Order: sequence, then structure tokens, then C-alpha cells
Amino acid sequence: MKIIAKDREGKETVIEGRDGWTIMEMLRDAGLPITAECGGACACATCHVYIDDGWYEKLVPPSEGETDMLDMALAVQPNSRLSCQLTCSEELDGIKLTLAPE
Amino acid sequence: MSEQAKTAIETDVAIIGAGPIGLFAVFELGLLDLKAHLVDILDRPGGQCTELYPEKPIYDIPGLPIVTGQELVDRLMEQIKPFGATFHFGEMASGLEKLADGRWKLKTDTGTEIVAPVIVVAAGGGSFVPKRPPIKGIEAYEGTSVHYAVRKMESFRGKNVLIAGGGDSALDWTLNLAPIAKSLTLVHHRDGFRAAQHSVNRMRELVAQGKIKFHVASVKSLHGEGGQLAGVTLLGHDKTEWHQEADALLPFFGLTIKLGPIAEFGINLHENLIPVDTARFESQTPGIFAIGDINSYTGKLKLILSGFHEAALMAQAAFHICRPNEKLRFQYTTSSSNLQKKLGVA
Repeated sequence: MKIIAKDREGKETVIEGRDGWTIMEMLRDAGLPITAECGGACACATCHVYIDDGWYEKLVPPSEGETDMLDMALAVQPNSRLSCQLTCSEELDGIKLTLAPE
Repeated sequence: MSEQAKTAIETDVAIIGAGPIGLFAVFELGLLDLKAHLVDILDRPGGQCTELYPEKPIYDIPGLPIVTGQELVDRLMEQIKPFGATFHFGEMASGLEKLADGRWKLKTDTGTEIVAPVIVVAAGGGSFVPKRPPIKGIEAYEGTSVHYAVRKMESFRGKNVLIAGGGDSALDWTLNLAPIAKSLTLVHHRDGFRAAQHSVNRMRELVAQGKIKFHVASVKSLHGEGGQLAGVTLLGHDKTEWHQEADALLPFFGLTIKLGPIAEFGINLHENLIPVDTARFESQTPGIFAIGDINSYTGKLKLILSGFHEAALMAQAAFHICRPNEKLRFQYTTSSSNLQKKLGVA
């Protein structure tokens, strides 16, 4: 599956996602500037992304823990998610997202 | 006490960071009779363990099949108790200079000075600092109209206060400042809160009574002059924008980690990490060591258990710097009555 990720300057990068890995891990491995300081424990809200172009509805809805943690994220929008809570799968092939400001 | 009145503290080792690795370093140093002072910007020990995931279970600490971040820190505090380390909480390590006698002087932002032959950087990713909302020009208002903490409630008396956020800090200060402020408005991105339910209930009562306002909105821009805020533009989720008078903005979005002043200490850094050798865990500057998440070397893994190992080897090297004329006697806690005395068990 492919992830089409836009950084904060609008530059688009196409990343090959590994099945079962989180999108946060793929963004980090691709060298995109995502802090993810808790390492994927849904405890810091620094892997915040906006899900673009209708992909938000196709995702598994956020858990209560993720919704709570988003309260600590900056510039939250209705299409905000924490990328450490999104797992790569073929259904998400072509997903578009933008890194939220830090 | 004024900053000038503080006299420099002399000790063996100054540790920057009281996270799990800084704490365990006290233990390894203590077995070798080396005394330590620790500096941490947070107001309690534990670093990321207690700040980010106090309730989350950790499964990869040898010998502890499951332990939460808070429990691990509590146990480390118990383990190092016999060594009587001194903690300087709520202070940021802000400067480091080399003295003529070869020792180091570590300064903090509150004026504490610690003189020691060995400095140990166990700072993880750096200092925890408040998250700054991405609002253009917000820096110009910080300290005058934009505050990330409340030091004196009285300073908000008669002001139009705007609070942003949905966690416990946002709700607690909403409730505390409501009777003091001229007006108080809370904005959050959703009509739901991470904060304690009784605080949320109380906030909703105040809204129902017309004493405060709550909007599902975010702060889009700030308006004012010379650092004094006059108003803000709020953006609702339906994309409507409106102006609101505000003298003070209090954003509460928790903390994030920034490397901070360590970058200016003259220690060689590579991608915000301190390269070390793997025999001593010393930086390229003799006498300055780096252990835990802040260091880098071939094969480095950012695991708590790796940091514990690094602390043990660092302590051996630190001993030779602090006690150049003494012979290091390597002993086991299981069999050495000498070590057991130090631990207070014999």
C-alpha cells in the first residue's frame, strides 16, 4: 500500500507502507519531521496528522484513548488523527494525509 | 534567596535529568561512594515515564514482567534512597562552564550552581516545555499576555481571560479563574473533554449560569500591540469566524520535549544526540558523559534497560575522574558486606 504524505511546507512524499506497521512508523522511517516522542503509546499527541480527501471516513474510528489524547494536540480539526493509532493495510492503499503543525 | 546569595554546591557528579536512567545512575555511582546532585525541569522524578505514561504498563524491564511508568520510578526512588542524592526539581540546566581546576560548573535557570568533576547528561530528548499553539506571532505576547502556567491568580483579576484546551489544566484554571476574571471564555476543538468529569460538570454549570462562556472553536489569530493582547479571532468548526476581546490567553496543551540549552553547552552533537564511546559512555568532551535516550553509538537502542547498562559503565569511568588516586574495587551487592552497609541492609 502507498501513503501519500504532505509535510508542513506542502511537499508531497509517496511512502510504501508495510502491512501491520503504523502510519507513524512509516512517516518516521521515511524521514518526515514527525516528533512521535512517546514512541507510539498514544501518550503525547505529537504524531498528529490531518486525513485528506475523504479518507477519514474509511479509517477505523478513533478509540476513546485517542480522542482524549487529541485534546493535547495543537490545531485539531475534524479530520485529525494520531498516526500511531493507524495501521497500514491494503484497504488504505493511496491514503492521503498532511502533517499537523507543531 | 537572591541568585547572587546562593553559593555553589560542590559534589562528585551533577546529573542533568531525573528520569529512570538519571535515577539509576545515582545507584551505580552510590555503590562507588560517589555523591550526586540531579537537576530536572519537571517538579518530580521520572521524566517521560511519569510525564507521558505514568499509568501505561512497561513489559521489558528485566525481572519485572509488568510495571507502570509511575511504579518503575517509585521503585527506583526506593532503590536509590540509601545514597541520599539531592534533587533540584523545577530547574532547567541552563549553562555549563569549565573551571580552572578542571571541574565543571553547571548552572540552572533559578541560579543554582553545581561544581563537579563529572557531568552526566541523562536528559532523554531534552526539557519538557509547554506546547506552543501554531498561532502567528504568539511569541511576541508570551510572558505578558500569553501564559502557559498560572503563577499568581491575582494577576488575572479584572481581565478578559481566554483559556484554550480540554485537559485537566484547562478545566482547573477555568474553574479557579472564573470568580477572579472580568470575563472568562474556554475554547476547545470539541464539546468533550479529557479532564476529570467533576471539573467538566462544574464548568458546564458555570456556563449554564452565564458566568463563563464555552465555544467549540480554536484561536486563529491574535490582535494587540507591544505584547499586550486586546482581542483574538476565533474560528468555529463550522468555519465561522468572530472577534472576541481578550487581555490574556492561557493555552493548555500539555508538554513537549525540546533539546533546550544543552545544545549550547559546547558538547558535540549529532542530530540532537550526543555521540559517546561504548566503554565509558563519555562524550567527546572528557568528564561529560551521556546516558539513556540522549546518546548515540553504533547499535544504540532507545530502551530503558540499555540506559541502565550505560549508567553502570559510566559510573566506573566517573570514579577514576573523581578519585584519581584510589583503586576501584569491583564488588557484588550479593556478597559484599561493604556494599550492603552502603545499602543499609547489613
